[in-house]
Amino acid sequence: MANQMDYEMIEKRAKAGNFAVKALIYALLAVWGIVVLFPFYWMILTSLKSYSAYSSEFVPQLYTLAPTLENYQDAFTAVPLGSYFINTLIFTVATTAIMLFVTVLAAFAFARLDFPGKDIAFVVFLSLMMIPNELVVITNFVTITNLDMRNTFVGLILPSVTSVFYIYLLRENFAQIPDELYYAAKVDATSDLKYLFKVMIPICRPTLITITILKVIECWNSYVWPRLITDDQAYFLVSNGIQEIRENGFGRENIPAMMAAVVVISVPLIVLFLVFHKKIMAGVARGGMKG
Amino acid sequence: MEKQSIKGWLYLLPAVLFLGVFMVYPLIDVFIYSFEEGYNSASQTYYGVGLYNYRYVLRDPYFLQAVKNTFILVAVTVPLSTGIALLISVALSSIKALRNLFQTVYFLPYVTNTLAVGLVFMILFKKTPYTDGFANLVINWFGGESVDFIDGPYWAKMFVLCFYTIWVVMPFKILILTSALASVNEIYYNAAKVDGTPRLRVFARITLPMISPTVFYLIITGFIGAFKAYSDAVALFGTNLNAAEMNTIVGYVYDMLYGNSGGYPSYASAAAIILFAIVLTITCINLMISRKHVHY
Repeated sequence: MANQMDYEMIEKRAKAGNFAVKALIYALLAVWGIVVLFPFYWMILTSLKSYSAYSSEFVPQLYTLAPTLENYQDAFTAVPLGSYFINTLIFTVATTAIMLFVTVLAAFAFARLDFPGKDIAFVVFLSLMMIPNELVVITNFVTITNLDMRNTFVGLILPSVTSVFYIYLLRENFAQIPDELYYAAKVDATSDLKYLFKVMIPICRPTLITITILKVIECWNSYVWPRLITDDQAYFLVSNGIQEIRENGFGRENIPAMMAAVVVISVPLIVLFLVFHKKIMAGVARGGMKG
Repeated sequence: MEKQSIKGWLYLLPAVLFLGVFMVYPLIDVFIYSFEEGYNSASQTYYGVGLYNYRYVLRDPYFLQAVKNTFILVAVTVPLSTGIALLISVALSSIKALRNLFQTVYFLPYVTNTLAVGLVFMILFKKTPYTDGFANLVINWFGGESVDFIDGPYWAKMFVLCFYTIWVVMPFKILILTSALASVNEIYYNAAKVDGTPRLRVFARITLPMISPTVFYLIITGFIGAFKAYSDAVALFGTNLNAAEMNTIVGYVYDMLYGNSGGYPSYASAAAIILFAIVLTITCINLMISRKHVHY
């Protein structure tokens, strides 16, 4: 009987211990969740406060009872936020499209075709993956300046196109397609190009979508190159636009309007993320890098 | 056969062209720039060849400040972010309910614009005559004194920079670590359970060795990424980082190239090559250490 009691006690204690550990784990996760989400909450909250209400708060209020949308109106009228947006859209679409074209052709050549010098070329490509952008940006800046392409979309887009890593990723995927398919297509007198577009690209669509999304994120957030190559507001992308707004727009103190601009800039990618979060996370886990 | 070989290179042509013009040529050119003394970008002339640019950069107080900032940033953020990410990932993989939700939320900073969210951080930490800001509100709750984290003392500015950097790099690390943890074979844990091994022992003897390649991968990429820090600092302190004493090595390179103190591609090249040498050295040391401690 006494033994029985002991077992019950031990079991109870173990259960209580487990519960405590679980509670601790959830508390930790919740704390980090708040750290992650709080800046987003703060930017939305501030963007909904009116300028006068915000300025009169010496102690910041954690909520607002009189939300207003006038800051969003200001964001589009007082600074050229709309044009930053369109520029970024043009830049992102063009860069991603050219990148896809270049990447697909190169990956196809490496995975499917045989030609002299292929192996050496592939090794050279792979070694280029290790070259940090910081080393090449200096000459690219001088090149683009000398070509008189500062403050043009061509100057913005061309150096941003190359992504050796994506060529590598797609080549690996292309190489998994069984050779038999290719020979079957050859027997039917299908051209290489047709085979690429009718067979390989449809099979590797998931990888292509991943690459596209990652590149879109990269383009939308790019700051360094656009900053070097544009000093005319008409060609600013959103990142540069935000910096410009911060330093010269609205007047330094109109923080609610700035926050409205920040919200507007962040929304497209957050929507993209909410729709594709599984694909994006899987893609990044396969070796994505930031910047 | 001849036709086939031309065809192969034809498919490669766009990639070769882009990489040649915007990667291979600049890579060679940056070394040439760094040795050309007194290069003038307007007339494209130079006086001589030598190490003057390196000497100039290494004596420039702004560069030394940038190196100091970068090293502090690296030393603080790499261990901290890897450690916290490990803690959170282990916590994440030990629960079932809400796990996907937490994972998705944690990944959110990855897709947001560094400049835009940096502005939010600046506002949270900034102290102005009109308001002390949210961070100081929290400090006051705990009975502390208000500090201006953006224009105030050096340690406060460095704290915000480190904090924001960790916030930015966390999603990537958590994602990689949780997928590594998920791939550890269940057999080992079951064996440990049979032996009644305590949790901490299981972590130290099974989990950590099994995911050690991933941890080292994150440490190496973390070092490389932190050494290249730049836009986080711009987001918090504005484009004039030298004035804020918050410049980084990459920031110094870009300032030399362009901006108010710009127009010196030679100095920029020398600084970029010094940075590359530092990163290469650290990466090699990391790889040497990892060979001793990582179980493959």
